[in-house]
Amino acid sequence: MIASLSLILLCQLAGEALVRSLGLTMPGPVIGLMLLLLLLLLRDRFALLARGPLQGDGVESTSRGLLANLSLLFVPAGVGVVQKLDLIVDHGIAFLGVLAISVLITLLVTVATFLIASRLMTREEHKP
Amino acid sequence: MSRDPFSLWVYLSQSPLLWLSVTLLVYATADAISIWTHRHPLANPVLHSMWIIGVFLRVTNTSYTTYFGGAQFVHFLLGPATVALAVPLYENRKVVASAILPMLASLAAGSVTAVASVVLLAEAAGLPREVVLSMAPKSVTAGVAMGISESLHADPSLTAVAVILTGIMGAIAVTPLMNWMSITDFRARGFAVGIAAHGIGTARAFQVDAVAGVFAGIAMSLNALVTSLLVPLAVTFLLR
Repeated sequence: MIASLSLILLCQLAGEALVRSLGLTMPGPVIGLMLLLLLLLLRDRFALLARGPLQGDGVESTSRGLLANLSLLFVPAGVGVVQKLDLIVDHGIAFLGVLAISVLITLLVTVATFLIASRLMTREEHKP
Repeated sequence: MSRDPFSLWVYLSQSPLLWLSVTLLVYATADAISIWTHRHPLANPVLHSMWIIGVFLRVTNTSYTTYFGGAQFVHFLLGPATVALAVPLYENRKVVASAILPMLASLAAGSVTAVASVVLLAEAAGLPREVVLSMAPKSVTAGVAMGISESLHADPSLTAVAVILTGIMGAIAVTPLMNWMSITDFRARGFAVGIAAHGIGTARAFQVDAVAGVFAGIAMSLNALVTSLLVPLAVTFLLR
């Protein structure tokens, strides 16, 4: 488990280092995600890589453990928001209303686009 | 055993141990209630943990800095958890690869809608310009959103508030909304909540369905990339 956690941290570290040194706009952990994905895909290709955390469900089970408790990780930042309630009170109900309507519109537009695009794709495939 | 309970409190309340324990204990309770209610949307464990701890801090007159001294160990894991999204992505790579086109189409539509809708609605509601700018990146994960807000000379702490509230609203709304519209494609449901409500939405998606969680994670990561390019553009076009 420690080896798996180290591998995850190393991917993030490499991601942060790449972002800083190349001046990229994307967040370091997202590059780390791509690196870990690449490692997992390469492992299936080359047996040489299948050692340590990359064998026998090592990094997989540690990652599943982290993601099973993803909600917990937002609590410290969330408590920060409760401390800044005065900011919300200052801007009143309009602030909350705008956020709520925008979330609903975004959910609807995204899900509709996804469904339409995937339906168009299957129709293309069924054409002779 | 300390003879003076107050001096014991003074000692403990300054140590990270107490605040880390409080964070885990309150969350464990909120999560148990969420499971007990069969993951009812309104029993969202993030929402209930944050207000309970918030009230506790106010009652004990504890500053957020002191609290964060303990809670930072949990907060730190957000980065590694993002990296860990590689694993469900790897395990579902066939499903994901077959949905590349719908994902790209809805990424484009969703990220533009997320930014444009909040900017236009906030303008229409007559909110001050600085507030509008602070709200623009509200659909991406907090770290990225605060960076965008800073680059616009807006208020990053107001952005953090908008981001967390958006995440919670999206996480609560998604299941009833999608059930009401009888959408059963969990790829689409997950992708939508990842775009609209970043990590808190993704955490909700993982509670409901593994495939939904994977698509939410991809959507959240891609949206972080697109929005950091999109917000400065949108602000130039929509607010001039």
